[in-house]
Amino acid sequence: MDVLSVRNVYEDAERAKDKKAAIGADVTIENFTDETVNALDMIDDLDDLSNQTKKDLLKVGVDTEENNRSGSFLQVDQSNIFTNNAISDSIEVMNIGIALEKYNWVEDYLWNVVKPDADKYTAKTALREKEDGVKSGYFVRSLPGTKEVMPVQACMFISDADIMQTAHNVIIAEENSELHLITGCATGDDISSAMHVGVSEMYLKPGSKITFTMVHNWAEEVEVRPRTGVNLADNATYINNYILTSPVSTIQSFPTAYCNGENSRAIFQSIQGGKKDSIIDVGSRVLLNAKGAKGEVISRAVAQDESQIYARGHLAGTVPEVKGHLECHGLVLSDDSFIYAVPELEASSANLEMSHEAAVGKISEDEINYLTSRGISEEDAESMIVRGFLNMDITGLPDELAQQTQNMIDMSLDGM
Amino acid sequence: MLLEIENLGVEVAGKRVLKDINLSIAEGETHVLLGPNGAGKSTLFLTILGFPQYDIVQGSIKFKGQDITKLSTAERVQLGIGVSFQTPPAIRGVSVRDLLKIESHQDMDEDLNPRMKELAEQLKFSDEFLDRDVNLGFSGGEVKRSEILQLLAQMPDFTMFDEPDSGVDIENVELLASEIGTLLDKDKPQGSRKRSGLLITHLGYILNFVSADKAHVLIDGVISCSGNPTEILEDIRKNGFNGCVECAQCL
Ligand SMILES: Nc1ncnc2c1ncn2[C@@H]1O[C@H](COP(=O)(O)OP(=O)(O)O)[C@@H](O)[C@H]1O
Ligand SMILES: [Mg+2]
Repeated sequence: MDVLSVRNVYEDAERAKDKKAAIGADVTIENFTDETVNALDMIDDLDDLSNQTKKDLLKVGVDTEENNRSGSFLQVDQSNIFTNNAISDSIEVMNIGIALEKYNWVEDYLWNVVKPDADKYTAKTALREKEDGVKSGYFVRSLPGTKEVMPVQACMFISDADIMQTAHNVIIAEENSELHLITGCATGDDISSAMHVGVSEMYLKPGSKITFTMVHNWAEEVEVRPRTGVNLADNATYINNYILTSPVSTIQSFPTAYCNGENSRAIFQSIQGGKKDSIIDVGSRVLLNAKGAKGEVISRAVAQDESQIYARGHLAGTVPEVKGHLECHGLVLSDDSFIYAVPELEASSANLEMSHEAAVGKISEDEINYLTSRGISEEDAESMIVRGFLNMDITGLPDELAQQTQNMIDMSLDGM
Repeated sequence: MLLEIENLGVEVAGKRVLKDINLSIAEGETHVLLGPNGAGKSTLFLTILGFPQYDIVQGSIKFKGQDITKLSTAERVQLGIGVSFQTPPAIRGVSVRDLLKIESHQDMDEDLNPRMKELAEQLKFSDEFLDRDVNLGFSGGEVKRSEILQLLAQMPDFTMFDEPDSGVDIENVELLASEIGTLLDKDKPQGSRKRSGLLITHLGYILNFVSADKAHVLIDGVISCSGNPTEILEDIRKNGFNGCVECAQCL
């Protein structure tokens, strides 16, 4: 990025600093405090974390012993306290600030597939970067032609009450490489209120593949606004898995994949369990902009208690010979909760194929009766059905990771 | 008596479906319930099972001497009642294997026990099949065989089968009949049978392969006659259920 475009980023951000997001409840950013970047001390080993923190991290898929991992990154509040870049020769993991010092080209990947003026949350992230002169977040890159099957684990953790955590992450899969990430976000046990904004920009070069599996475990008063953009070149494959089954105040995100390369493919799979008075507004969007591109958005949502779930999916085909499928299934378990499914298909070209399937309803009496007729209590029957409903087959992961992901899903569903 | 139904009256969705039903089944006995479509056979089955939609407005059901009229379905099943459904629902994410473990009181973390694996094979299910979501996309025959396999996991003292032969080809009817025989102690001499059952069928086809001690004909919510299964079946085959209607009128 040259000087001019850097200035443009901040000018754009400045103009957008009060711009409400297109959807989702508006959060008063001023209610949260900024922390100084890298105020916390680095640690030498994830094992040095407190037992409680380790437990919290484990719940979101972060293995503090780093077994079966190809790298680790941990940001606590606004500090990058741990990075392990030494496990794999195929993969680089570092703080985004360090990456910018190491490679001058990293600049070109900032504010490119996510715009600083998208809304006040992206604007705030950009303006803080300007103000601090330092960036927070991670940089993960798989080198050309490499296929590391073990995942990198990246974690955003909030340990201080009432703060606003921001991060700006860049993920690059170089040509014909394969990259797997497990990202966990969580708050410490004693934290009730906080805010998290994570800007993530992903770039898939020709023939590359990224799988991105994210588990969220926030607290009841946390406001979450992730902003994710994914750019796919020819023959690239992106697989996004998202799991949220714990209470949160509000979360709104609408990650968008731009299938700009021919025969590129994006799949979003999400599992959402709404509890207490959580407001969950999570969508996935795939823009099919090149011949042979494919998009798939699959979500399962269960609303309990007083929760509200907006399950969105948007597929847009702009050129011929693209394919898209959208599938949204929801279960409403209580009278005070609701699910609002918003499947959108948009075709601005002829000769393309797009379909959707949406079904929202309450748990089927017939299914409960069937299980009780096997001697299972009504309560257990209900929880079996809910778990079964949410326990979707996640596709596209290497065997080892598929097993781990299944364990993560099982663990998340245990709390349901 | 193992099962004793006295003066039972049942309403479904505000409509009276069963009237003054009296039926007793002793230990070791297999009874058949015949009757035309819409007579109320499934209603009686689901009432004995205790599904919430079936309102008992009169009478009582006793099982093993205990009044079970107010018990939940799960409680009745735990007392030793088992069922195979005519058209069970599919449940996403709940596998046949999971159910078999629960039904045979196994720990969910353990491998399926060898006895169940063997029975699954006998019923022509591959090991992979057991991981399928129950009833989801099953053929008619697979549904019935899976129902019977689940019953073999439970080995209930009293088993009710709702139209176990409908939609099943001949070859599989024999296979099902032999497993139904196992569930009803047919391999033992009549006097020493312990397990009992109620076979519901409107065609009576399954009776070519499973013997029964007594038959009842249900017409329009009323048991119009009870007696020797062979004689009653012969009469129905000759005269249809009309004969039974006339018989009911004589009563
Ligand atoms: N859940 C229900 N809701 C409304 N009507 C029902 C229900 N179940 C059964 N019925 C009615 O009760 C009568 C008997 O039905 P059923 O017991 O299914 O007969 P069978 O099994 O002998 O064919 C029918 O008139 C049927 O329409
Ligand atoms: Mg019936």
